[in-house]
Amino acid sequence: MSTSERVSTRTDQPTDREQQVLDRIDKARRRKPKVREERVTLAHGSGGKATQTLIEAVFLDAFRNPLLEPLEDSASFPVDAGRMALTTDSFVVSPLFFPGGDIGELAVNGTVNDLAVAGARPLHLTAGFILEEGFPIEDLRRIVTSMTAAAETAGVQVVTGDTKVVQRGKADGCYINTTGIGVYEHARELGVATARPGDAVLVSGPVGEHGITIMLERGELDIEADDLTSDTAPLNGLVTALLDAVPGVRAMRDATRGGVATILNEAARAANVSVTVHEDAVPVRTEVRGASELLGIDPLYVACEGRLVAIVDGEQADDALTALRAHPLGTEAAIIGRIGDDPPGMVLLNTAFGGTRIMDLLVGDPLPRIC
Amino acid sequence: MRFVDEFRDAEKARALSAKITSLCEPGREYKFMEVCGGHTHTIYKHGLEDYLPENIQLVHGPGCPVCVIPMGRVDDAIHIARQPDVLMTSFGDMMRVPGSGGNFFDSNAEDTNIRMVYSPLDSLKIARQNQDTHVVFTAIGFETTTPSTAMTVLRAAHEGLDNFSVFCNHVTIIPAIKAILDSPDLRLDGFIGPGHVSTVIGCRPYEFIARDYDKPVVVAGFEPLDILQSIYQLMLQLTEDRREVENQYARVVPWQGNTVALKAIHEVMELRPYFEWRGLGFISHSAMRVREKYAEFDAERIFDMPGVRVADPKACQCGEVLKGVLKPWECKVFGTACTPETPIGTCMVSPEGACAAYYNFGRFTRERVKEAAHHEHV
Repeated sequence: MSTSERVSTRTDQPTDREQQVLDRIDKARRRKPKVREERVTLAHGSGGKATQTLIEAVFLDAFRNPLLEPLEDSASFPVDAGRMALTTDSFVVSPLFFPGGDIGELAVNGTVNDLAVAGARPLHLTAGFILEEGFPIEDLRRIVTSMTAAAETAGVQVVTGDTKVVQRGKADGCYINTTGIGVYEHARELGVATARPGDAVLVSGPVGEHGITIMLERGELDIEADDLTSDTAPLNGLVTALLDAVPGVRAMRDATRGGVATILNEAARAANVSVTVHEDAVPVRTEVRGASELLGIDPLYVACEGRLVAIVDGEQADDALTALRAHPLGTEAAIIGRIGDDPPGMVLLNTAFGGTRIMDLLVGDPLPRIC
Repeated sequence: MRFVDEFRDAEKARALSAKITSLCEPGREYKFMEVCGGHTHTIYKHGLEDYLPENIQLVHGPGCPVCVIPMGRVDDAIHIARQPDVLMTSFGDMMRVPGSGGNFFDSNAEDTNIRMVYSPLDSLKIARQNQDTHVVFTAIGFETTTPSTAMTVLRAAHEGLDNFSVFCNHVTIIPAIKAILDSPDLRLDGFIGPGHVSTVIGCRPYEFIARDYDKPVVVAGFEPLDILQSIYQLMLQLTEDRREVENQYARVVPWQGNTVALKAIHEVMELRPYFEWRGLGFISHSAMRVREKYAEFDAERIFDMPGVRVADPKACQCGEVLKGVLKPWECKVFGTACTPETPIGTCMVSPEGACAAYYNFGRFTRERVKEAAHHEHV
């Protein structure tokens, strides 16, 4: 068959065989995109076909919702008049997978919690990924799947996102940034600056589990604690329960980096009050205490990813405790201290041993890259 | 938690406190030095001074390993780390100790690769994994950590590693105590002996303190009740006019020390003729160096060392604080120019340093603590 004959056949009547091939290609185009590579390559960040495949086959497949689905440059949605909250957080935890969670779950819960403790109802999240060349697609799927599950638990959706791929060695596997938007459904003004003498300080559960879990999971210390898992959890339900039950909530914070001690120092300085914490009232799991003793760190400075600190009107402290304890995430909540007026700007610790000392801000990070 | 809570029982502390107070002669001042930085840390962390009567003063001693490292040695370490293909390891506390041109973090920001390790043996792991680099462990500490450095050298020799060495800065506690006893500006009534060091050297090396200097010594553990009990034992000795070395920490410290550890130290190391201590100056036979036999693991023999002596900053009074002549807050720059974020002196660097402990936990007079504790009750 000569060339001219073949061209002419294509423009006129395709042969049965050729039509079969064309049909197959057409079908393949319409088929659900599938990532065939086992690892992320620079092509996945090029913006071309591989990027599109990755987005559709991994991200869209997991996060699927009407706001994300058009895959436009921005998600577009209507808003009611009122007040909104906006927050952002980047996650670089190492290792990416740890007992009780992974970087994906952390990235959703972290941003949800920042909105929740500000008193807002979390609505939508964005998700930006920075992936290292060679990162296993299977791990990415695991991360994205757990983000979907966390988002569902928290009642939010990932509505837009971004992916970049950097050369091997220029990142550590996978970094995630999430930005969250939320709405206020009440007119209360919350903030640590509103703390006043007589207020009570509560924590929603045992402190320090996330930080210690990550530290031990890195395996640098040859310490094992079998039952220890990260406390990562979305706090919006717990916050709603507390706000509904207690009109006198002054402020809430999630006790992430720097732990409970850092938050209380911020409160003492912002409101120019003193905070006195009773060490033996602070719930700490034995495993966390043991590891902290060995490492020479204080659990009050260790990060949690699913615990909040609340400052409430002292008269309503018991109501607040009851409300927190009635929620599954707050069963071990406790009143740990009081706001006073002297010395202003300082946090004091009444030690379990019976002494009193300052609990200051930490210098340097005892546990790097825990979130 | 077992083995911890028993030693932090507030009720027992009150009982001990009452017994200590009952032994105080009216109008007499008592000054006890806790030699070890670990004790200083415990005292502040648990607010132990609240249990002591006003006329008992605790004086913080020189036993904080990073606090006694002179600036010149930090500079020497950074000099080694700057050599081609060198990876340095050290304990976390060392990272923030200022040299004349900055600390390890600063030099890492420029061009060095100095990593934190939790055990010297981790350095061997790094050396095995990085055959084309030379790994130098910057070793610091009193007799507590010296055996682990010696064991690491022995292990390296056994394995035939040829890309590992030690920059040895190990110091010995007895000459430092002697320097303090001979210092004219300090009057002490007794010593709370260093528990961890004594697990290695035992209690006998302190006997000269009781015999020649007529001061009681009680080797103490690191929980707050350990320290209170050792203060009680010191008071009891003074009351009964005894001067002895007693071992409060017998659950850990054998009277004769740890002979296996001592043997390892003496196999690998020998005393230097003299060594510079920060604030205390040159003290003879007060530090260890690697023996000729293990020269191939001695960074000081492998690399050209500048070995320049760098004077402490003028404003810094670490020396007086280390000797216990000054309380941390009495130093001219304490809390103003010198803070944990911007330490001028080494005492502000380590959590065991008297100044850092005082800054972090103690900037609060006893009276105000009592007032505040009285107001605030959950």
